[in-house]
Amino acid sequence: MSDKVIYVMYDDDHILKDGAKKLVSNGVKISEVFSPFPIHGIDPIIGIKNTRLGIMAFLYGITGLTLATLGMRYFMVVDWPMNIGGKPNFTYLDNILAFVPVTFEFTVLCAAHGMAITYLLLNKTLPGMPAQNPDPRTTDDKFVMEIRLSENSNITEEDIDALLSDTGYFELDKKEVK
Amino acid sequence: MQKEAAIREPLILGHKTYHDITEDVCRPIEDKAPKMWYILFGIALIIGLYGVGCILYLLGTGVGVWGLNKTIGWAWDITNFVWWVGIGHAGTLISAVLLLFRQKWRMAINRSAEAMTIFAVFMAGLFPLIHMGRLWVGYWVLPLPNQFGSLWVNFNSPLLWDVFAISTYLSVSLVFWYIGLIPDFATIRDRAKKPLAKKMYSILSFGWSGRAKNWNRFELVSLVLAGLATPLVFSVHSIVSFDFATSVIPGWHTTIFPPYFVAGAVFSGFAMVQTLMLVMRKAMGLEAYIHTKHVEYMNVVIMVTGSIVGTAYITELFISWYSGVEYEAYAFLNRATGPYWWAYWSMMTCNVISPQLMWFRKLRRSLLFTFFISIVVNIGMWFERYVIIVTSIHRDYVPAAWSMHYPSHIDIGVYVGTIGLFFVFFLLFARFFPVLALNEVKTILKGSGQSYKESPDYHNHH
Repeated sequence: MSDKVIYVMYDDDHILKDGAKKLVSNGVKISEVFSPFPIHGIDPIIGIKNTRLGIMAFLYGITGLTLATLGMRYFMVVDWPMNIGGKPNFTYLDNILAFVPVTFEFTVLCAAHGMAITYLLLNKTLPGMPAQNPDPRTTDDKFVMEIRLSENSNITEEDIDALLSDTGYFELDKKEVK
Repeated sequence: MQKEAAIREPLILGHKTYHDITEDVCRPIEDKAPKMWYILFGIALIIGLYGVGCILYLLGTGVGVWGLNKTIGWAWDITNFVWWVGIGHAGTLISAVLLLFRQKWRMAINRSAEAMTIFAVFMAGLFPLIHMGRLWVGYWVLPLPNQFGSLWVNFNSPLLWDVFAISTYLSVSLVFWYIGLIPDFATIRDRAKKPLAKKMYSILSFGWSGRAKNWNRFELVSLVLAGLATPLVFSVHSIVSFDFATSVIPGWHTTIFPPYFVAGAVFSGFAMVQTLMLVMRKAMGLEAYIHTKHVEYMNVVIMVTGSIVGTAYITELFISWYSGVEYEAYAFLNRATGPYWWAYWSMMTCNVISPQLMWFRKLRRSLLFTFFISIVVNIGMWFERYVIIVTSIHRDYVPAAWSMHYPSHIDIGVYVGTIGLFFVFFLLFARFFPVLALNEVKTILKGSGQSYKESPDYHNHH
């Protein structure tokens, strides 16, 4: 099915934000915003939910904590209890103080790397991936709003154009996509 | 948009636009490198290669080529290790701790400070590896299943904690740094004209497109990584200090070590940041972004951490007497008046007296003076580690075993070589990577840019 995409370019983040507010209040669905830096407050306007990556980091951290505990218990208590000055490691709990540093480091290691890898996968940003921003200037000083006609069946293209015309955009581009 | 007090000095000087920031940061990468860069790179490379030569000789011959003896089994190797790890503390402190404290001035310096951190930790990691003698079995420090029987590494040992601490610190700092670099690489990619550069930066930027959802995740990941890296910064040097503090050697066996080492690490790390940043801002024309106010903020950190270090030195000295342990008392008396008195007093002068000069506003805002002090502090912090390590062990319980440490030319070569290699890495970074977090800096332009702060509607906008 063919679709038409409107790319509206702004040269200021605040103008784009005000424009987005106006469009959304008139029932236009904005499918994407491309910007060189995070525009604070744009997410609720265009209906983007907060990421749950923080919860993932916590889960990865718990995994690290568990692995470190199980690992050290096996190495130091089960497989070969080390006898230091006649004080062998019979239980993990009696020796837990010596295991605090490595437990902490391993928890952080798993949480940080787990979250970073998940982040890259979710964003689909991996080495060699092609760039998808509609205009190279969106990584410099321009801000682009993407509106898809297929997602706006309740409003005509002319109405969108009329709404856009007084949002103070910098450039307007329309593309037919498959 | 974040507002700040009108009397606060702007963080970005001049009348910059978003595009100017991109231009200012990308221009040095896109232009031809200046002649000075080649000269410095050449010098650093020669010194670095000399160091590599010394390391190869050491590996071929054995650790005996160092100036160690039966009494002094640890000297320059561990001194250099701790010195480099300490220097490697500023970057992550700046980007993580200052992010949690919402210190916007960090944005101008965090990228290069973090690069410095990573390269410094590379250099640090080299010393424990080469001191094993057999570099190729370095992986034995990991708890890997093996065919030697039930043979595991000792998780009770601070040296093993160090393995985990340093490797976690290095890899997490690297990830934190790179996640911030991705959007900036995308900026360079979209500007690149030469096909090779376009290809390279395209790979490095991982196809970043700057979608709203990507930025939403980016901000959270930065915050959580900062939250994770903050205790990490403190844990790493605490664990390095455990290498000494958990032993029973007079002069090492002190509970004050962890906080004292962490403060010392931040102290020396910021000094190194000052040394590099003062040259870099000039050479790359970034005076509008890294200016006197940034230097002053960093000097305040140097002053505070220097005072903590000074307090720790004096506390240590007092406790050695107050403890009533004669061996402990002798270790400190020997430090100050024994054959290594000159090292002790260099350390005292460089680390205790010099940071106190930063109380004077004129001095802490003077770039030349800051540059001078930053070098002095780094010399002082090298002496601190040398004093702690060598003077504590060169006179042990048996006077017949008393000895002195004289570095061999290999000791010196490896140390100087790491400085060369460090600069090789840093110069390559400054040449090909965005040295400023350019897209992050854009977010503070309207809040802290000079032209915006001076405009009449700054305080009645929105």
